[in-house]
Amino acid sequence: MASNPAAGFTCQANGGNTPGRGSVYGDLRRNRSESECDVGQTVKSLARLCSRDEEERAAALEELCQGVLLCLELDRPGSARLSEQTLLHLLRLSRSCPLKEVRGRATELLRTAKEQGVEVPRALASGPSAFIPAKEMLKEGPDQDILIESFLSLGRVDHITMVMALHPAYLSCFLRTQHALLEMDGPLPRHWRHYIAVMAAARHHCSYPVQQHSAGFLEAGGEESWLSGLQHAPTKLRSLQTLNKLLAHRPWLITQQHIQELVCPGAEPRWSLAELIHAVVLMAHAHSLCSFVWGCGLNPEPDHIGGYTFQLPSPSHLPRSPCSPHSPHSPAHEDGRQELVDGAMEVEMLMQRMVELQQQEEECTQEEMVTRFERERSESIPTAVVRGAPPDLVLRLVEDPEFRYEDFAPRGEQAPPTMRAQDYSWEDHGFSLVNRLLPDMGQLLDEKFQVVSNLTYNRMAMHEGVDTYTLRKALWNYIHCLYGIRYDDYDYGSVNVLLERSLKVFVKTMACYPEQTTARVYHAFWRHFRHSEKVHANLIVMEARLQAALLYTLRAITHYMR
Amino acid sequence: MEKMSRVTTALGSSAISGRTMFCHLDAPANAISVCRDATQVVVAGRNIFKIYALEEEQFVEKLNLRVGRKPSLNFSCADVMWHQMEENLLATAATNGAVVTWNLGKPSRNKQDQLFTEHKRTVNKVCFHPTEVYMLLSGSQDGFMKCFDLRKKESVSTFSGQSESVRDVQFSMKDYFTFAASFENGNVQLWDIRRPDRYERMFTAHTGPVFCCDWHPDDRGWLATGGRDKMVKVWDMTTTRAKEIYCVQTIASVARVKWRPEKKFHLATCSMMVDHNIYVWDVRRPFIPFATFEEHKDVTTGIVWRHQHDPHFLLSGSKDSTLYQHMFKDATRPVDKANPEGLCFGLFGDLAFAAKESLISSDANRKPYPGGDRRYPIFFFKKPDPTEQFAHVSSALSVFETDLDSNRMDWFVKTAQLYLLCGKPFAELCDHNAKVARELKRPQVSTTWTMLRIMFSDPANPTTPGLNHSLSKLGTLPLMNSFNMKEISSGMGTESRLERSKGESRQDNIHLEPGNSHISINNEENEETEGSEGQAEYMFGDAELDDDDLYSMEHDNQTEEQEYTLPQEAFQLRHEIMDNPSAPEHLQQDKADSPHVSGNEAEVTCLTPIESFSLISISQPLFSPHLPASFFCPIVREMLSYYAEQGDVQMAVSVLIVLGERIRKEIDDLTQEHWYMSYIDLLQRFELWNVSNEVIKLSTCSAITCLNQTSTTLHINCSNCKRPMNNKGWICDRCHQCASVCAVCHHVVKGLFVWCQGCNHGGHLEHIMNWLKSSAHCPAGCGHLCEYT
Repeated sequence: MASNPAAGFTCQANGGNTPGRGSVYGDLRRNRSESECDVGQTVKSLARLCSRDEEERAAALEELCQGVLLCLELDRPGSARLSEQTLLHLLRLSRSCPLKEVRGRATELLRTAKEQGVEVPRALASGPSAFIPAKEMLKEGPDQDILIESFLSLGRVDHITMVMALHPAYLSCFLRTQHALLEMDGPLPRHWRHYIAVMAAARHHCSYPVQQHSAGFLEAGGEESWLSGLQHAPTKLRSLQTLNKLLAHRPWLITQQHIQELVCPGAEPRWSLAELIHAVVLMAHAHSLCSFVWGCGLNPEPDHIGGYTFQLPSPSHLPRSPCSPHSPHSPAHEDGRQELVDGAMEVEMLMQRMVELQQQEEECTQEEMVTRFERERSESIPTAVVRGAPPDLVLRLVEDPEFRYEDFAPRGEQAPPTMRAQDYSWEDHGFSLVNRLLPDMGQLLDEKFQVVSNLTYNRMAMHEGVDTYTLRKALWNYIHCLYGIRYDDYDYGSVNVLLERSLKVFVKTMACYPEQTTARVYHAFWRHFRHSEKVHANLIVMEARLQAALLYTLRAITHYMR
Repeated sequence: MEKMSRVTTALGSSAISGRTMFCHLDAPANAISVCRDATQVVVAGRNIFKIYALEEEQFVEKLNLRVGRKPSLNFSCADVMWHQMEENLLATAATNGAVVTWNLGKPSRNKQDQLFTEHKRTVNKVCFHPTEVYMLLSGSQDGFMKCFDLRKKESVSTFSGQSESVRDVQFSMKDYFTFAASFENGNVQLWDIRRPDRYERMFTAHTGPVFCCDWHPDDRGWLATGGRDKMVKVWDMTTTRAKEIYCVQTIASVARVKWRPEKKFHLATCSMMVDHNIYVWDVRRPFIPFATFEEHKDVTTGIVWRHQHDPHFLLSGSKDSTLYQHMFKDATRPVDKANPEGLCFGLFGDLAFAAKESLISSDANRKPYPGGDRRYPIFFFKKPDPTEQFAHVSSALSVFETDLDSNRMDWFVKTAQLYLLCGKPFAELCDHNAKVARELKRPQVSTTWTMLRIMFSDPANPTTPGLNHSLSKLGTLPLMNSFNMKEISSGMGTESRLERSKGESRQDNIHLEPGNSHISINNEENEETEGSEGQAEYMFGDAELDDDDLYSMEHDNQTEEQEYTLPQEAFQLRHEIMDNPSAPEHLQQDKADSPHVSGNEAEVTCLTPIESFSLISISQPLFSPHLPASFFCPIVREMLSYYAEQGDVQMAVSVLIVLGERIRKEIDDLTQEHWYMSYIDLLQRFELWNVSNEVIKLSTCSAITCLNQTSTTLHINCSNCKRPMNNKGWICDRCHQCASVCAVCHHVVKGLFVWCQGCNHGGHLEHIMNWLKSSAHCPAGCGHLCEYT
């Protein structure tokens, strides 16, 4: 484990080094123009593949094959007729389509094409996540129904969906919220919503959602030039930058002045409160999603930049493939038996502590309670590697990239005041405000928070029938603590007891500097837990972070409205 | 009277007095509570815990309970309650989960008495038993309620709500053993204090958290709950299933609810978010607050009535760090600002109009009621105090009914359908239309058509001499009064007053309810009714009789359904009176500037027989076959304007179209457009789409003809991806598939596309027609039996 191949891999997988081809937008542009003419037929049958009618799907699949084969038979020099985009679509289908027959046919077609001498792309990643071996995903994976459902309704199964599908209850309300945010009725135009999401994701240098929403932005009729830099976007969108920056890294600094600047009658360009709430929820959603993408080490989609290559695999690359059964990333098999025993001990210990905590009736002074909170909040957690500069396509959408999360000074003068959860809570205050300004959104978010806080399978690693409430609560409150939110009725001592240091490193990295997450950080904690349990932890971080950011902004808005 | 006296007795010698006043606190308040004799109030919050004395002119700080160099979180209060029996005893709920009791009798500075740290999470609420000195109940975020005996060091029983956070707990005022608890998941549970194992009953009261509940101080069955869903509901708990009996919709989530003492139907609420006001509602009038206190600058967190038998003083604490005493008489009454006028059309052209009674009765002409106001039912006792009643907003409701037979719009529909506007020679069109009008018993219109034909036809037309004859044959002219005015007077406050009277004279109610809508309630007159119950009842019975009087009276006042048979020889050119939705304007106009056109619909004031008055009679002597058609133009124009003014745009437009070029230049475009628009609007209201389309087509105004060109877009979704198709009708931008492929020839349909609504298959109009001639099944082979008609 001395060398860290995974880190290098992740770097690449997340679009760190774009192979020497044009920018994403160049590609998107080309794809669009191509698709308008000769690829039309293929694209059509691709869309029909998502039909709910089985026969229709079969017909579409047949049509797709015919179309592709026709192109191949014509056999004019090179792959002139078989466009790159079609190939990428095929690649994506062959990798991620939950429908077996489609997957098989797509693979077959690609092979045929290759035999015909067409230069065929190859996916760089072997599964949705660089951290979780593809085989593990399949083993722990859910029933295919939910994947098929999302394939049919969204037209594709992206990596986020695949990983979240480990927790189907969460996935459904996540997709519902996301759909409502991006597609349903709301005060902001659709392409703006995608652009705001792009802006937000860029703050965390997360090229996955940036690419996804860029595509969505173009599809919704957005202007390409906006994507080449913030300066091309309308002033109104650019005026969100400050809020975006604070929301992403230091939401506790958001005050009613920030809101006022955007909303007050004199502001030019002026945001309405409903628009602002919509934008805020979008941004917070995108930020927390970045945490998830980085925290689960999601690979770029096969048709994203950095997700495929036309080059042949170099032999040296193969052993690194994370799907090899004895990959160093597979948590349970790391360093032989000793490791195994240690790990098992750790789980036992943790369970022991959880039980103890629930029984314990220890009294401690208020002073002590405050100290414990402060200690957790300002504990210095070394964050992993400092990454190289983010890819250009992301960087040009970021203003003031140096602005980052900053540790709270240990009880220093300049420490911003803590927010007391009892004074401004989601249930009592946040919900009402969101629902007032953006009907239904409060309900959706509320449902999502509830699902995530009640999600449990009553098991831990190899143990069944465990009440994980205290552990989940500790995680949730620790994240809020990192954001300066304090619960009067919570003893932060238990955070220290329950969350081992490696877990804290992971959580803090994910919640505060998600772009610095590495495979090492991911693999270091909870070594005997299932991957699905680690994803569960990821979900808690993501939602807790979302709620914390929202609470600060909503409080500022409430103060503004006062 | 009775109630008032009870109040004074209850307060006894120590009657409360004071004024609206406030004081600044050092920190935001979370809750307040008063001691039993209403002389002191305790304010608790995260950083404040103080007792203030309520003096005549001001608040005076009596005691700061927050002592110590660095006060612990036990002082950070979410709730506070002063014991209503033991005046030295207070309890607080701390945000860290502690329940603390305080004994003011302690000699030391720190008055803390007992500390219970049994709850794991924030305690949201503490509640003393109303009669039992040592019993304290708490409800916490951890989902448990605990009952403490203050003589012991720990709780005596724990009640598990089996769900998330408890938001409020309240002992029943009447049932010794019962308490209610409200939960974050929307449920309300009822518990018996002796049975900690299981709740007695549970029901879902709100969607989302129920933040508060309050038992009615007098009525044992009533529980008010307030929730995040912005509603206050009153539940009747005496029945086997909790029954919602009142529901008040507020504008923000409801944080606290408190019944108003001595007022059975009143309760006060405040909100947790956005809205800073305190509202007092009469639950029977859920749409408008009875009173509002608007002093606070931030959300109100605690409200409490100062004395449990005095409804005039309300105390409130707020996040804006102020403590207020509100005098009820200083409250804002939103109802004063409400608009008591309303106007609405019924389905069949009836018009209902409600206006402040004072406005209507000031219109002396409208109400020549002999015998003064005898017809007003008088059934109320003297109002004890005007400020305690809903502001007097009784409105008079007048319903103007259209006469069912004569004033149905049938003639309009028939005329519209039968008139010919083009396609035949001018003379024939006129004849045809005249015939139509005659058959519909509209001789005036008929005559007009005939005359038009004569005026504008070739002078050599042989039918000309027949005119005089036909005119003289004009039959009886039914004069139609479109509206019978029925004066229905009723108060906006009817219901509430009915309810109020219920307490004292329940039997009245039986009479009251059915008569409701016909009874006008006028509070001014009610003063007369001070008196015994019996009298009131009698008077009320009288009122019902009056109801009939009312009608008969109106018969006198009105020329209702009267038919005037005019002398045969009279050249009656009075037109029929049309009623149409523009009637109110019409009505007013008549009153205002055309008194000579009397006998109009809804004319109530003028009872004189209608003088017949002819508009075009002047033209009669001038008639001569030798005159050029253009000679008549001014007169025709005047006639058209007249019809239009009278509401018969149908006539105006029809003539306009039939005459076409002959008259068009005489009338300015705007007027024409206006007529067309009105007529088309009417036609569309009667769903005469074809006629309206024909009219649009025949019109010459550009603004009208273009109506046919607008909203002709048909939005379709792509048959593959089910998303809207934007640019072209046949190819989807999104999936790049040709969506509309002909099921017969499998080519893209770019022109007329016809499809089956049953199976969604379709294709070229021609192909489908041909196909379905030979086969009954869908050409796509889906097996659907398509139909083409």
